Amino acid sequence: MTWEVVMGLEVHLQLATRSKIFSGSSTQFGASPNVQADAVDLGMPGMLPVLNEEAVRFAVKFGLGIGARIGKRSIFDRKNYFYPDLPKGYQISQFFDPIVCEGVFEVPSSDGSLLPIRITRAHLEEDAGKSVHDIFSQESGIDLNRAGTPLLEIVTEPDFRNADQAVAYLKALHSLVTYLGISDGNMAEGSMRCDINISLREKGSETLGTRAEIKNVNSFRFVERAIYREVERQADILDSGGTITQETRLYDAERDETRSMRSKEVANDYRYFPEPDLLPIEIDQAYIDAVRDSLPELPAAKRARLVSEYQLGEYDAALLVPDHAAAAFFEEVARLSGAAKPAANWILGDLTGALNRADLTIEASPISAEALAGLIVRIEDGTLSSKLAKQVFEGLWQAEGTTDEIIAARGLKQVSDAGELEKWVDDVISANPNQLAQYLAADETKRKKLSGFFVGQIMKASQGQANPKLLNELLIKKLNNQS
Amino acid sequence: MIDSALLNASVSELHQLLTTRQVSSAELTKGYLERIDLLNGKLNAVVTVCAEQAIEDASRADERRTRGEGNILTGIPLLHKDIFCTQGVTTTCGSRMLEHFVPAYDATVVARLKAAGVVMLGKCNMDEFAMGSSNETSFFGAVKNPWDTNCVPGGSSGGSAAALAAGMAPLVTGTDTGGSIRQPASLCGVTGLKPTYGRVSRLGIIAFASSLDQAGPMARSAADCAHMLTAISGLDTGDSTSADRAVPDFFSELTGDISGLRIGMPREYFNDDLDSEVRAQVMSALTELEKAGAQLVDIDLPHSHYAIATYYVLAPAEASANLARYDGVRFGYRCADPADLEDLYFRSRSEGFGEEVQRRILVGTYALSAGFYDAYFNKAQQVRRVISDDFRSAFQSVDIIAGPSAPGVAFPFGAKQQDPVAMYMEDIYTLAVNLAGLPGLSTPAGLVNGMPVGLQLIGKPFDESTILNAAHRLQLDTDWHRARPAIEDHVA
Amino acid sequence: MSISQEDVEKVALLARLSIAQTDLPEVTERFGRVLQLVNELNTIDTEGVAPMSNPHDMVQRLRPDVVTGSDEREALMSCAPAQDQGYFLVPKVID
Repeated sequence: MTWEVVMGLEVHLQLATRSKIFSGSSTQFGASPNVQADAVDLGMPGMLPVLNEEAVRFAVKFGLGIGARIGKRSIFDRKNYFYPDLPKGYQISQFFDPIVCEGVFEVPSSDGSLLPIRITRAHLEEDAGKSVHDIFSQESGIDLNRAGTPLLEIVTEPDFRNADQAVAYLKALHSLVTYLGISDGNMAEGSMRCDINISLREKGSETLGTRAEIKNVNSFRFVERAIYREVERQADILDSGGTITQETRLYDAERDETRSMRSKEVANDYRYFPEPDLLPIEIDQAYIDAVRDSLPELPAAKRARLVSEYQLGEYDAALLVPDHAAAAFFEEVARLSGAAKPAANWILGDLTGALNRADLTIEASPISAEALAGLIVRIEDGTLSSKLAKQVFEGLWQAEGTTDEIIAARGLKQVSDAGELEKWVDDVISANPNQLAQYLAADETKRKKLSGFFVGQIMKASQGQANPKLLNELLIKKLNNQS
Repeated sequence: MIDSALLNASVSELHQLLTTRQVSSAELTKGYLERIDLLNGKLNAVVTVCAEQAIEDASRADERRTRGEGNILTGIPLLHKDIFCTQGVTTTCGSRMLEHFVPAYDATVVARLKAAGVVMLGKCNMDEFAMGSSNETSFFGAVKNPWDTNCVPGGSSGGSAAALAAGMAPLVTGTDTGGSIRQPASLCGVTGLKPTYGRVSRLGIIAFASSLDQAGPMARSAADCAHMLTAISGLDTGDSTSADRAVPDFFSELTGDISGLRIGMPREYFNDDLDSEVRAQVMSALTELEKAGAQLVDIDLPHSHYAIATYYVLAPAEASANLARYDGVRFGYRCADPADLEDLYFRSRSEGFGEEVQRRILVGTYALSAGFYDAYFNKAQQVRRVISDDFRSAFQSVDIIAGPSAPGVAFPFGAKQQDPVAMYMEDIYTLAVNLAGLPGLSTPAGLVNGMPVGLQLIGKPFDESTILNAAHRLQLDTDWHRARPAIEDHVA
Repeated sequence: MSISQEDVEKVALLARLSIAQTDLPEVTERFGRVLQLVNELNTIDTEGVAPMSNPHDMVQRLRPDVVTGSDEREALMSCAPAQDQGYFLVPKVID
């Protein structure tokens, strides 16, 4: 049987507010247990929630960022269930009237086309705390520092057909929210967590199959693996005539498999009802307009502009744009150096490679945009060959100074002087008579290849300083004159 | 030993005595503490006494007054209902669940009164989590009515009302979700005001039903209530439902002039459900107001009948969520040796909550559960609007609405305990006021068979002044509010 | 609508309340009486009436995004039934 995969995603995005959604506690990650949980966060008797204006603004920003309809009157509801990391016995969420309503998010896929994903809704809610199971032998420890951190839960329609689409969506979403500045998008710290609803159906069928929900997947790679594994599991069951159980599952990265979450199996009845401690949020057009005016350039617009303004290829633009900092870095280097294409090449090539090896983000790059622009200027004006430039790049990375300082200190200036070049060429030719003989015996096409040997030797002798273009011309002339 | 007449003095009188140094706050405080000591064994109205702290606070209030600082409430002793969180002082809410709970914070009401220089004598007994109309559901035992210790004081602010009636304090706080200030005020012969929803901050008050709960003053007179109301009212940004409304000096609004005041008498409140002797007393109070220049007008609140059904869906539903936090994890009662997490939940809650609280949690959970939300919760919210609209229409033609505070006088212990519905009927005249979020008060209207009756006055939203002024007029013209139970005879 | 003992048990499970088997008939009977009372709601037509969650038509106030909390762990955890190393303790939770 050929199965079609049908998936919808729910992303829990932590909003980058300073304080919590309903209390004045800090949202900073990594504090000692329960020091960032005040009486409201702990659900102490008599405590009441008061809504953080920034959380509302961020939600509206998101809604406008994907062109969704903003709920002019949205309402908080209580979602009731018992769990030790849920202090009040209910989560304040939005069920009936969310702040962000339907919209369409256009996801750029790897082939450059746009994949429209329908957003069902996005609503504000509070995060729960954490249970730790590995500190105490008989007990679980409850840390409520995270309780009350604002979340935006972004729900899609079942519009995904494969893992690539899901990952492309998540990457585009990640890019969008960091552009908007509404989340740090740090998946390792749980700022963006994904629930995947997966079902299979016979190809061509219109009805949806029974779905399983995989909860809390927190990296792009795990999303891909989890989908792959879950599709495989469901297909195996269906192929052997079995049926899928509607359930919540976890992706176990170590064993690379999904498994049923027993604890969530008791059928829940969340008993949603309007939160009486909070009143309706009313958002008027003036507010929406003000937030819209404050929106930065978003990834799609930036991609188009980089192509038109800097004549970058779609491919380079697609690589630069997702990371807001990388795109900004590029524009700075391009502006300072006046050379956009080399700027893109250096950033996407050597700089990205070096940053990855050092496990650094571009914000923490030891080479500033200004420094990299200085290097490119010296390549463009012919002072540096690409080979020398790599050495200067090394020097910049080691913080040895500016490009010009490094050229001077390391003596890396490209030599274009005809006399000096001629001496290197003559020395190398006379030192290698065998290679010269081979060269002279060869036909035109082979000669081209064999000349490379001499270039290498001369570069070595000149410590890379020889201007490769001039050297090449001179060398060919000299070699051909030997006959 | 302080003169017992002093213990029945009004706030204005006490303020006068404090100002002229005829008595100090420390002396007053000791006097009331002795009174509590003397009577509490009999009444069980007070669950926590803060003697040392109170005397210390009283001395500080005396110093303030000596420096010429403070206000009318500075140095006046007071008891809080044990539903108000008090920093460093056990706050039980009448429940085993919170038997040992010591909050790290003060409720806004407590903080505001503290700032005014009020001296907290202790905390008053109450129905568990404010769920009850007789004070029989308290984990700490029933409160006795000082007028007849075989009878209930009403509830849920029964400890507050009994303590006040017995002269244990000149001022007490209460909370009212469906009548919990007005009904016990009626049954104990004191004045009690439930302000407009949103007038007084709910922050730090242990929640029963968030959209209905409101704190208010209980005192020996409307004037005293006005003093306390001024001190506790006003915007609190810590409570999203707190109203951003100007707060008048409620005392200065008590002109006593009610000429031309149109008082609506809902036909539905004076029907056969009402005890005929209670009706006669309520009517005589209204006649007094008429004599003072008010105009009595018959009105209709056609959906009054539905208030009780509406209330007993909405209040339990909100309560079922509000009380989910009592899970034995972060504070409150935890069962011994839980086998696992679920065992911890089930046993902590079943052992920590009493029968009535559990019943309401069950009813509320049911009303919200899948398949019943529309038929119960949503329907009740719709009917709530219908009931609220009834009042809105009525207020087109009248200034205030009057009726009984309770269907009868205080009843003997156990009389209604077997039938929850019979008990719920105690609040038939008060519930609708909470549903509509209106201010309402109960003022004494004489005795029936030696037991107090209350007249309820209901005002327009945020118009506490008008009902306080009408009650004040009544209290200028009659002595009903001065009647005191002969509780000392019982003790002696 | 009337209620059965099974219904009551189901609701009790949701509310995390345990009812002893011996108490169940009486709890159900009293529950039923309350339900009968509230079933009165079925007799009123509310077609088109907007539900009312709060007595006044007020809207939500917003709080500036400012950190006002400080470390109050010691005071707030002083009433915790079981705690260690800054954590609240519960019987081991297995996911």
